[in-house]
Amino acid sequence: MSPDAFAVQFLNGLASASTLFLIAVGLSLIFGVTRIVNFAHGSFYMLGIFVAYSLVTRIGDSPFGFWVSMLLAALVVAIVGLLVELVLLRRIYQAPELFQLLATFAVVLIVRDATLAIWGPEDLLGPRAPGLKGSVDILGRQFPTYDLVLICIGPAVLAALWFVLTRTRFGVLIRAATQDRDMVGALGVNQAWLFSGVFALGAFLAALGGALQLPREPANLGIDLVAIGEAFVVVVVGGMGSIPGAFLAAFIIAEIKAMCFAIGQTTLFGVSFSFSKLTLVVEFLVMAAVLIWRPWGLMGRPGAATRNAAEIEVPLKPADARTRKLGWVVLIALVLLPLVGTAFPYTIVLSIDILVAVLFATSLHFIMGPGGMHSFGHAAYFGLGAYGAGLLVKQLGWPMEGALAAAPVAAAVGALIFGWFCVRLSGVYLAMLTLAFAQIVWSIAFQWDELTGGSNGIVGLWPAEWLSEKWAYYYLTLTLTVAGVLLLWRVLLAPFGYALRAGRDSPLRADAIGIDVFHTQWMGFVLAGAVCGVAGGLFAFSKGSIAPEAISVGRSIDGLVMVLLGGIQTLSGPVVGAALFTWLQDLIAREFQYWRAALGFTILVLVLAFPLGVAGSIKRLFVKEVA
Amino acid sequence: MLQISKIHSYYGQAHILTDVSLEVNAGEVVVLLGRNGAGKSTTLKSIIGLVRPASGAVVFAGTRIERLAPYRIARMGLGYVPEERRIFTDLSVLENLEVGRQPPRARAPTWDFEKLGALFPNLREMPDRLGGRMSGGEQQMLTIARTLMGNPACILLDEPSEGVAPVIVDQMAEAIRGLKAAGVAILLSEQNLHFAMEVADRAYIIEKGGIRFEGTMQALSANAEVQAQYLAV
Repeated sequence: MSPDAFAVQFLNGLASASTLFLIAVGLSLIFGVTRIVNFAHGSFYMLGIFVAYSLVTRIGDSPFGFWVSMLLAALVVAIVGLLVELVLLRRIYQAPELFQLLATFAVVLIVRDATLAIWGPEDLLGPRAPGLKGSVDILGRQFPTYDLVLICIGPAVLAALWFVLTRTRFGVLIRAATQDRDMVGALGVNQAWLFSGVFALGAFLAALGGALQLPREPANLGIDLVAIGEAFVVVVVGGMGSIPGAFLAAFIIAEIKAMCFAIGQTTLFGVSFSFSKLTLVVEFLVMAAVLIWRPWGLMGRPGAATRNAAEIEVPLKPADARTRKLGWVVLIALVLLPLVGTAFPYTIVLSIDILVAVLFATSLHFIMGPGGMHSFGHAAYFGLGAYGAGLLVKQLGWPMEGALAAAPVAAAVGALIFGWFCVRLSGVYLAMLTLAFAQIVWSIAFQWDELTGGSNGIVGLWPAEWLSEKWAYYYLTLTLTVAGVLLLWRVLLAPFGYALRAGRDSPLRADAIGIDVFHTQWMGFVLAGAVCGVAGGLFAFSKGSIAPEAISVGRSIDGLVMVLLGGIQTLSGPVVGAALFTWLQDLIAREFQYWRAALGFTILVLVLAFPLGVAGSIKRLFVKEVA
Repeated sequence: MLQISKIHSYYGQAHILTDVSLEVNAGEVVVLLGRNGAGKSTTLKSIIGLVRPASGAVVFAGTRIERLAPYRIARMGLGYVPEERRIFTDLSVLENLEVGRQPPRARAPTWDFEKLGALFPNLREMPDRLGGRMSGGEQQMLTIARTLMGNPACILLDEPSEGVAPVIVDQMAEAIRGLKAAGVAILLSEQNLHFAMEVADRAYIIEKGGIRFEGTMQALSANAEVQAQYLAV
C-alpha cells in the first residue's frame, strides 16, 4: 500500500470515527445513568439526517445557515427524545430490562414509519456544506475539506462532554448516578429529571452525528438499524458507560475498517483474499475478541454478575389437567386444520410460518428464560440450520430429508463453538456477543458469493416429492414443531432443567452444590441451537430458498419480541407469543402500509398493559394464588 | 421530629418488620440496637423510602412521608447514611460532597467543606482524592459528610462503627457528639453496645423485626437481662 493511499484512508477512518463516537457516546451515557439499552438510538441518528435535510434545503445556503441547521436538527431530535423519555420510558424504569428493550424497539418501528410518512421512501441526498465543498491535497490525493472538519468535531465533542461531566453539577450527578442511582436519589436528587436530561442529551448527540453525515451520505430509511448495530459494538468494546472508552473504540473500529478498505484485495500465503469484504464483519470480530479478552470492554470496569438480578420467579411446574386438556384441543384443531385449509389455501401457508416461528421462539425462550442467557443473535442458529440444509442439497446433492435431518447438527456445531464463548458472559455483554456471532454468520452468508449465493441466497430448495403438497409439508412442520417444543419442555422439567434454572438464579450457590454451571449452560445453549436449526431447515424448504435477509438481526429481534410478548416466565409463553406475533405481522402487513408503526404501538400497549407477557397475564388471571 | 408508628415492611414475600414504632426528638441521639438480621437496616431504609412500608406511618417534621420518593424525603431535611457507605468511587471527595449538596434550610445547621473538615480532619487533607482510593474509615467519614451537605435536621446513620479500625470508631463517636452539639438529631443503628453507650441518649432494641425494649441508656445499662437476651453474641 502506498503512503498516500494509507494517509487518505487513515483520514477517512478518523472522519468515520467522529460520527461513530457521536452516536455511541450518547448510547453509553444513557445506558450508564438509566440502565436502559436504547434500541431507538439509531432512530435518533436517522431522524437527525432527515430533519437536517429539511432544514438545510430551506435555510442552509450560507455557511451560517448550514451550521445552524445542524444544531437545530439535533435540538429537534433531542426534544423528540425527551418526549419518548417522558411519555414512555418513565413508566418502565422499574420493569425488567428486556421489557425496556422491547419498548425502545417499538419506538424504532414507530419512528421508521413516521419518517416514511413525512419524508417518503426515496433516499434524500443533501447538498454539500457551503464553504467546504472543495478538497485539500494530501500527499497528492484529494481529500474533502468537509471531512477534515468532521475529524475535528469528534475530539471537540469529547472535550465539551469532559467539561460538562467534570465541571458542572449536572455532570457530577450523571457520573454519580452511573455508579449508584438509588444513592443519588437518597441524597435528595430527583432522578426523573436527571434521566430526562441525559436521554435528551444522548438523543442530541446521536442526531448531531446524523445531521453531520448529510453532506456525505443520503438520508436513508434503513440506516437506523445499521447505526444502532455499530453504536452497540463501539459501546461494548469501549466499556458500557465509559466516554473515553467510546472514543477509543470508535477510533479503533473506524480505523480497522478504513485499513481493510486500503488493503483491499491481497494475496496471503498464495490465497487471494478481499479485505474490503471483511468490513461488514470486522467490527463484530473486534467486539468478539474484546469481549473474550476483557468482557467489560477496553475502558469499562468489571461489574457484579447481573444475570441473576432478575425478579424472583415462580418455579416452572408441569401443566395441570386443565392446561393439558387445552393443549390437546389446540393440537387436534391443528391436525384438522388442512380440512378447512383447502378452502383457504393461504391458511396453510400462514400456519407453516407460525409453526416455524413457534419452534424458533421456544428454542430462544429455553436459553433466555430458564437459562437466563439473553441472546440477541438467535438468528445465527436459524441461519446455520437453513444454510446447512440448503448447502447440502445444492453443493453435495443430498436428498431433502437428509439435509433437513442435518440442519440441527449444523446449528448445534455453531452453538457449540459460539456458546463456549457466550456462556462466560452475562447481561448486556452476553447479549452483545451473541449479536456479534449472529452478524458474523450473516455476513458470511452475505459475502461468500461462490458458496452461499450472496445477497440472492440459495434458491430452488424444494421439499421431496412426497412432501410437495402444502398440506403434507404442513404435517411435517407440525410434527417436528410439536416434537421440538415437547422435547424442550421435557428437558426443562428434568434434572438438567433444574440445574439450568439453578445456574440462572444463583451461579455461585449452584456451583457450590456441585452443579457444573458452565457445562450446563453450554449444553443448554447447544440444545436450543439445535432445535432452532430445525426451524431454520423447515423455513428454507417451505420458502424454497434461503437468503441473508431471513437470518439478519431483524429475525433475532422478532424472536425476542415473540418471547417477551408471550411472557418469559411461562413455558407456553413463546408458543403464544410466536403465534400472536406472526399472525399480527401478517395481518397488519397485508392490510396497512404503516404496519411497522402499528406493530410498534401494539408492542407498546402490550408492554404497558401486560408486564408479564400475554400468556403470563392470562395465567395470573386463572391462577389465583402465587406460590 | 421523627415518629415511626406500626410499620410493616417486606422483601418480596419475606415479612421483615413487624409493627415497628419509635421516635426521635429534636436534638436527640437515639440508637437502634440489635443483632445481625434483626431489621435495623430495613427500619432505616423504610424511613428514607428505599423500602416502602406495606403499612404504618412515618412522620417527619409533622408531614407523612411513608409514600414519598427518597429524594423528596431527603429534601425535607432527613439525611440517610447507608451501612455499605456507597461512596461514588469514581468521584473525588469534593465531587462526592457536591452530589449531596442541597440549599440551606431553616432550623438546621448548614455545612460546607470547611465545617466538615473541622468535624472530619482527615477529609480536609484530601479534597481531590478519588472515593475508591480511600481507606474504609475515610470512606465512612465521607459518606456522613456527603449526607451532611444536604443540611439535614435529622440523619439516619446505619452502623457507623462497623468494619472500621478502633481509632476510627473513636473519631466516629467524637463526630456524632459534634453533630448533636450542632443540633442535628440522629437515629443510628448499632450492634456495638459499648459504642452506643458513648454517644446515645436513648435506645430501642430490635429483634426479629420487632421492638423489644425501649428506654434511656442508663436503664439499658442497668438491665443485664435485656442485654443478655437481645444483644449478647
